[in-house]
Amino acid sequence: MSLFILVALPFLGALLPGLMYQAGRQACFMATFLVTACAAIGLLTHAPAVLLRGEVVTAKLDWLPGLGLNVNLFLDPLGFMFAGLILGIGLLIIAYARTYLSRSDNMGEFFTYLLMFQGAMVGIVLSDNILMLLIFWELTSLSSFLLIGFWKHLPEGRQGARMALTVTGMGGLAMIGGMLILGQIAGSYDLTVILQQREVIQQSPLYVPALILILLGCFTKSAQFPFHFWLPHAMAAPTPVSAYLHSATMVKAGLFLLARMWPVLSGTEIWVIIVCTAGLATMVLGAIIALFKDDLKALLAFSTVSHLGLITFLLGTGTTFGAMAAVFHIINHASFKAALFMSAGIVDHAVHTRDMKRLGGLRHTMPITFAIATLAGLSMAGIPLLNGFLSKEMMLEEAWRTTLYGSPMLVAVVATVGALFSAAYSFRYISHTFLGAERDDYPAAPHDPYASLWLPPALLIVPVIVIGLAPHLVEPFVRTVTAAVIGGVAPLPDAHLKIWHGLVPALYMSIIAVVGGAVLLALYRPLAAAWNGAPRPEAKVIFEGLVEAIAALAGGITQRLHDGRFTRYAAIMVLTVVAIGAYAWSTGTSTAGTREMLPITPAGLAAWAMLVAAAGCLVMFQRNRLAVLIFMGIIGLMVSVGFNYFSAPDLALTQISVEVVTIILLLLALNFLPDRTPVESGALRRTRDGIIAIGGGVAAAALIYTILISDFPSASISEYHLANSYKGGGGDNVVNVILVDFRGFDTYGEIIVLGIAALVIYALTETLLSGPVRARLLNRPYDKAQAGDAHPLMMVVMTRVMMPIVLMVGVFIFLRGHNQPGGGFISGLVVAIAVVMQYMASGFAWADNRQRYPYHGIIGAGVLIAGLTGIGAWFSGTPFLSSDFGYFRIPPMEEFELATALGFDLGVFLAVVGAVMLSLESFSRLSRRAGTEVSDSPMDIDLTGSDTPDGKTGQGV
Amino acid sequence: MELLVASAIGVLTAAGIYMVLRLRTFPVIIGASLLSYAVNVFLFASGRLAVFAPPVLRDGVEVYSDPLPQALVLTAIVISFGMTAVVVVIALGSWLSASDDLVDAPKDDADEGRAAQ
Repeated sequence: MSLFILVALPFLGALLPGLMYQAGRQACFMATFLVTACAAIGLLTHAPAVLLRGEVVTAKLDWLPGLGLNVNLFLDPLGFMFAGLILGIGLLIIAYARTYLSRSDNMGEFFTYLLMFQGAMVGIVLSDNILMLLIFWELTSLSSFLLIGFWKHLPEGRQGARMALTVTGMGGLAMIGGMLILGQIAGSYDLTVILQQREVIQQSPLYVPALILILLGCFTKSAQFPFHFWLPHAMAAPTPVSAYLHSATMVKAGLFLLARMWPVLSGTEIWVIIVCTAGLATMVLGAIIALFKDDLKALLAFSTVSHLGLITFLLGTGTTFGAMAAVFHIINHASFKAALFMSAGIVDHAVHTRDMKRLGGLRHTMPITFAIATLAGLSMAGIPLLNGFLSKEMMLEEAWRTTLYGSPMLVAVVATVGALFSAAYSFRYISHTFLGAERDDYPAAPHDPYASLWLPPALLIVPVIVIGLAPHLVEPFVRTVTAAVIGGVAPLPDAHLKIWHGLVPALYMSIIAVVGGAVLLALYRPLAAAWNGAPRPEAKVIFEGLVEAIAALAGGITQRLHDGRFTRYAAIMVLTVVAIGAYAWSTGTSTAGTREMLPITPAGLAAWAMLVAAAGCLVMFQRNRLAVLIFMGIIGLMVSVGFNYFSAPDLALTQISVEVVTIILLLLALNFLPDRTPVESGALRRTRDGIIAIGGGVAAAALIYTILISDFPSASISEYHLANSYKGGGGDNVVNVILVDFRGFDTYGEIIVLGIAALVIYALTETLLSGPVRARLLNRPYDKAQAGDAHPLMMVVMTRVMMPIVLMVGVFIFLRGHNQPGGGFISGLVVAIAVVMQYMASGFAWADNRQRYPYHGIIGAGVLIAGLTGIGAWFSGTPFLSSDFGYFRIPPMEEFELATALGFDLGVFLAVVGAVMLSLESFSRLSRRAGTEVSDSPMDIDLTGSDTPDGKTGQGV
Repeated sequence: MELLVASAIGVLTAAGIYMVLRLRTFPVIIGASLLSYAVNVFLFASGRLAVFAPPVLRDGVEVYSDPLPQALVLTAIVISFGMTAVVVVIALGSWLSASDDLVDAPKDDADEGRAAQ
């Protein structure tokens, strides 16, 4: 099976249970199980090549080679081992979860999250590209967040999920930084390339920052001290999640990465110090805390923390023997710890409590669970003939040899203490749950569960015993994987997996640990009393305090900067832009004018004078809002005249038609807003604003003047458009060809934005009209005298006569657009104006009754037609929106041209008509009043109209 | 003519900024519209000015004005209509439902926000 399919399969499969949740629990389960089984079989098909023939299976796809982001996957023995763990334990967990989840849980949702997680994990272990690896890395954090918080009604679940996301997410951020640095040093983002460059990377001055950032990511993910605190809180998740994510797979992602990067990052002094210290501290601290936890899952959670520390320590020593022991312990830990978690879940399921103070004596009523838990627990304690013993021996041997901080004995002592507590909590797990006297106050009657619940952990016990008895069976596999970890940097260690190594120091350390553990358990009561009495820092409280402090700091800064005074923001923004501009001006060099200036003509001067006068009057008489609109109109007109003068006929047409609809829109709005702006700001403030405004204006004018007097500093790409407009786009009007062809994708986005804006306006109006505003609007009194004829005869007749003419003009402008000024945008605006005139003449209700197609539909049709035209290009094997054209002749007519761009322009046209009309229509909707009849005739004489504001004594004409 | 265009852009910018700094929604919307005139003309002018040279290909004509800024500004004009309309409907909603057309949050609102923290 291709590696692409292997990674994609869980993600695609994740859709199934989510979609099938109504088909029943069994269907969801089967879909999930089969998808995982397919992936597992797909993985196994690579086993001969990867494990026996020593090949590395790869799959490559260039995605964004410019950024170094390629979808490259590779499968080596290390990846194979992890993928095997993920999929194999995944199968058992899925089977277990089928029975574990109750009827009230949404199984489809659960399995969707689980498969998403599975896909992300497989992605991590198969990624060749570290940028891709980072994406999958973050995906595991997100899916873990969803899974921990799966029981949304539990506050612990939500808090635990948030904490896990915060800690692992921050670590992920750090790691992104580290990986990018690493990629920069190595000159590639492909792992296979990076792993070859040990010397280059370790001698780089950026090695230390990269190492620290990457380790932050690994340590947060794998819950290493001081980031260990999130893992126990994540145990609020359903037990299958705890067993899968938080013991077997996700928390091992950090270890995976340590192992993956081992060839290039390990072996330096700083690596040994940081990684060994973190690992040892985590191992001992986790083990001590675990001993005093009464909750079965909390005990297992801290024991997991401790074991992760152990593996981190082994990788941190930087020796090949350490790497081998780490690989071996990853396998062993995954098997016995997942079994233990599932056994805790079984106890919880049967007895309805996980509190060891209320348990004990379950061996009579739950013999199968007892057997599973005991075997797995003894393996965790490091009892011979079980697999945990073997890797723990190797760890102790490695600890014996390791020198840290100049002290040869320090590591050995600390490791023995860790192992001692590890034995103690393992014994406690078994004895306080299953041994002792049977009780009669269990919350529920204990019983062994169905086979579907105990079979998955029982299957995991098989490797625990088989490896424990015959370690040479897995030795070739462990050696192959270790070779992949070492990556050819050093030869494989000459060590063998054996039960009996002779009377070596590790054996004595092991004996001390087991005997000491038993002694600790015997002394448990006084020890627990002392532990509970002793003051100790609570990580959760510290974390929450820290989060609150940061939130308060951020909130304070935000409140200070964003006090809700928008005018202040605007002023600050203008001043900042002007200041930056002034700085650039003073430091840059501006050349003297190289272009010949155009002569000033009387017409140009007149237009300029009108524009400046209108702008001045607008500011001066700004309190009279109607006058402001008139001045706006003048400015808009002068701008379009200017466009026309300076050889931009398309812009002139667009500007003038937009001007019309904008003024109509603002008039409609002014209908509801007060018509005068009150005097509020004092002279001082106005002076200040005036100074800011003049500063901004002078800056803009100076900048554009400098641009205008000089030539282009480098060749403009416009030449390309001019040269290819006819050849490639089949049109003479270069502006239109740019819009519908060269930059068609851009235009496509623009009409979508325009459509969305119109829909937003529609939605906001609807919201307004469905609230209390509606009644107020309907019943508002007339505050001005009403005209006797609301729909005057002259205007109605005129607009009606003009309508077909304007529509014809619209069609004409549309059709000629490709070769002459015009096109979809302009004709859309023209047609919209024609329709708006009908609304103005005969009233909203009258016109609306005659409107056959909803404007939303017109917008949608426009976007759809434009999109389909673009897609049409695919059928001729060209990219999206490539256009084609040809010349045709139908006998009586002259030869004419047809271009596919016409279809695109039609889409633009429809979207513009729909968007403009929908916005204006929404505004007019607000102006409906109660009591006004929908007129049947296009023009009417309003007999209820009044001459006085109170509307009572009025008399129509 | 370059001087006239540059000064017109400056006048439009200054008027726009002054109106944007007003306290009520309507003048602020007008100010934003004036600013979009200024920006559109600015972008257009960055293609340099030319007369009697529309970018419509004709036989025997070699010099055309720069079509690219024109195409960019054309869509910008239409989009700025959409933007104005959205801002107007928001201002209208605030006025109709709360009789409030001040753009600045009142002082006690900001204080409430601080207290909620």
